Amino acid sequence: MQTEAQLADRPDAGATEPEMADDVIVDVRNLRTYFPTRTHVVKAVDDVSLQLRRGRTTCVVGESGSGKSITARSILQVVDAPGRIEGGSVRLRTAPRDGREAEVVTLTDLHPRSRAIREIRGRDISMIFQEPMSSLSPVHTIGAQIIETIRLHEDVSKAEARLRAIELLRRCEIRDPEAAIDSYTFEFSGGMRQRAMIAMALSCNPQVLIADEPTTALDVTTQAEILDLMRELQSSYGMAMMFITHDMGVVAEIADDVVVMFRGKVVERGEVREIFANPKHPYTRRLLDSVIKLESRSELKPPEAEIVEAQAPTILSVRDVGIHFPGKTGFMGKQFAGVRAVSNVSFDLKKGESLGIVGESGSGKTTLGRAIASVRPPTAGSIVYSGAGAPVDLAGLTGPALANYRRQVRMIFQDPYGSLNPRMTVGQIVAEPLKMNKVATGKALQERVADLLEQVGLPPAVMERYPHAFSGGQRQRIGIARAIALDPQVVICDEATSALDVSIRSQVLDLLIELQERLDLSFVFIAHDIGVVRYFCDRIAVMRKGEIVELGPASTVCDAPTHPYTKALLSAVPTPDPTQRSMHLRARYDDSAE
Amino acid sequence: MLAYIARRLVAMVIMMFLISIASFVIIQLPPGDFLTTYVASQEQGSSVSIQQIEFLKQKYGLDQPFYVQYWRWISGIVFNGDFGYSFNWDKPVSELIWGQLGFTLLLSVATLLFAWAVSFPIGVYSAVKQYSIGDYIVSFIGFIGLAIPNFLLALVLMYIGFKYFGQSVGGLFSPEYRDAPFSLGKLWDLFKHLWVPIIVIGTAQTAELIRIMRANLLDELNKPYVTTARAKGMSEIRLIFKYPIRIALNPFVSTVGWVLPNLVSGAVIVSVVLNLPTVGPLLLNSLQSQDMYLAGAFILLLSVLTLVGTIVSDILLALLDPRIKLE
Repeated sequence: MQTEAQLADRPDAGATEPEMADDVIVDVRNLRTYFPTRTHVVKAVDDVSLQLRRGRTTCVVGESGSGKSITARSILQVVDAPGRIEGGSVRLRTAPRDGREAEVVTLTDLHPRSRAIREIRGRDISMIFQEPMSSLSPVHTIGAQIIETIRLHEDVSKAEARLRAIELLRRCEIRDPEAAIDSYTFEFSGGMRQRAMIAMALSCNPQVLIADEPTTALDVTTQAEILDLMRELQSSYGMAMMFITHDMGVVAEIADDVVVMFRGKVVERGEVREIFANPKHPYTRRLLDSVIKLESRSELKPPEAEIVEAQAPTILSVRDVGIHFPGKTGFMGKQFAGVRAVSNVSFDLKKGESLGIVGESGSGKTTLGRAIASVRPPTAGSIVYSGAGAPVDLAGLTGPALANYRRQVRMIFQDPYGSLNPRMTVGQIVAEPLKMNKVATGKALQERVADLLEQVGLPPAVMERYPHAFSGGQRQRIGIARAIALDPQVVICDEATSALDVSIRSQVLDLLIELQERLDLSFVFIAHDIGVVRYFCDRIAVMRKGEIVELGPASTVCDAPTHPYTKALLSAVPTPDPTQRSMHLRARYDDSAE
Repeated sequence: MLAYIARRLVAMVIMMFLISIASFVIIQLPPGDFLTTYVASQEQGSSVSIQQIEFLKQKYGLDQPFYVQYWRWISGIVFNGDFGYSFNWDKPVSELIWGQLGFTLLLSVATLLFAWAVSFPIGVYSAVKQYSIGDYIVSFIGFIGLAIPNFLLALVLMYIGFKYFGQSVGGLFSPEYRDAPFSLGKLWDLFKHLWVPIIVIGTAQTAELIRIMRANLLDELNKPYVTTARAKGMSEIRLIFKYPIRIALNPFVSTVGWVLPNLVSGAVIVSVVLNLPTVGPLLLNSLQSQDMYLAGAFILLLSVLTLVGTIVSDILLALLDPRIKLE
């Protein structure tokens, strides 16, 4: 380890670089990558130093905007314009290859388009990305893309490269690799795509694998499988791995070393157990606290039993609801299969309760939420609402009665960027439902909007500003203000916190809890994140393939689940404790058992 | 792939049938028929032989119900290649149309190739070098191309061609070759004349395609799969051609489908100004004079060619982008 003083007075690249320790393969020193904009310079990576060692996994952890991705891209000099490396060095110890001795190459001295760096990309250092769908070409087969990588770096025939590609796919546990090699990405599931991506990255036996949030877009059970695979491949290939993530659970599960980044700088680094047991920097501590906070029920909430056992009246009664997207017969008789998105779902939502609906992608949870919000009527069953006055069946509602229902049952959406109109001021956005329903006008309207913004913790002065001026968490607060504007009885949150950084997540959840107390709201809380649901909800329904497989008090579902699928789901969630790596012991749910 | 093509072909046949009915309805729509116009215009003059009118009436079944007329018309076309008789020109339609249609097709294809050849490299350049001086220059020229009315450009080019090259630029042939049999000299003469209409008709299309190519490629250039390709170690030029351009090419290929209708409907004025023997003016004329079989043949054949163009572009698209077959 270099002392800070030595790092600081490093002369310009070249000449008297300090020696790299034998097991260090990549040595990043004082790296600075800036993005010049019209008015100022964004220092995305600001004086970052880190080492990647053979056979070890270095997790770079931080929230959005911390510069972790840009650091990774700077190593290979594939930073998108207008970003550029302004200073510092990245050195790589190449493997002996083609009769050449191992040598130390300073990557930052190479031109980003030079042949020299292109020979290193994909061969010595390869990279995998977050979105396996968009990171692979949609119009080329998986095989073509892997074979291309092999032939870029090695002088082998197409047939030989193809055999190797099939072997790689098999190595990455893709079923029937001989057929899979000629498939397109859109014929694969998310997990399979990421496996194909990994196969491509490994095609030239790299010394270093850089993985940029490789599991973030995947369901937890798929994430667990991919993490298993990566860990296993890393030890058998003896690679150094740089694993970028924002998820402390994943860090605890896979890291040997941890580098914590905050606003372009490294704030803390160390061995994984040390970081978790003994975080020194306040930011690391905050990050860990907010993760651990989500490991248990919120302290702001009354005890679970009090709510679950309370004889509160039922506000929403969902009975045998099924939602079926009919199949289509296309032109010339081509058949498109229908989808049974939700089938036979029943539950009661009690007044003042938070009911969590958990499931992986495709489980039908969002479709169910939309049916309750009367966006899409169910094709079977009934939804009976007994908010104010006599119970009404949602199916029979039309005209003013339906409008009235929609006033009382509101929604908060996942994407705080997409769900606010960028051309409207915050004031207009929050006022819109009030105006639409002719609740208030003029000065009264202004006052109401100001009051709503204060309730969600924003100063009324923000009314005049546009959404782009706000961070993700603040935007979600604006979305919440809009949802509660009409004094609703029931609020449906569809993944309301999943687009937010973990430290913001608990703040938004706390706000929702506070509003629930104050406004006597009932929540249907749709999420894929068990931690968030455990923190926020009183009862949890677990959905799988359109059905509720388990429904019970949150503590029971989370701590003593009965259904094997729930067990599998829970045990796939990485725990933020590196001393208790348990993912490889997880319960697996076998599809064929049904 | 074969199933996809077969499905499209069957769909095309059904579509053609519907189009033939529509074409026939269109030419039948105006009150009266050609014979009434014909008789009216001939009355002052001498002899319209009653026999001739009767003969024509008989032959084309003008006194018969609609479906009988349609059947005679379409069966003649399908089984004998007989498109009927042009009363206006006093000739069988088939003698009139092929030449015009051939030139129209030639001009369309040549214009399309010109537009592609010019707009592809420029579009790619201005996307890859976005906001460079070169990008600004070609964008500026492109917008001018879009903004200038075609017929004005035609007049200007005619003037330039005549004044500085001493060439008669109207039509597709010089007077001495107009009725000459086919020869190498005639072909060369054709090429000498073809560039003016190609530029006139192609400029706006080229400018449009440049903008489309640029916008599409700009979208694709920032996609993660481009970064993936870069991180694999591909050279910049190779990866741009292999990945983003291939996907950005879709709208380019789609233009095959609409180039024909565009030329017929949009370029009539240009054809009149440049005295081009394309179908536009002739179609207009035949519609005005209720020369029903001539008009019907044009409408039908143009629709068929448009369908063929669409199918060609669909097949090319499916080859370019395998996701299309899935739908």
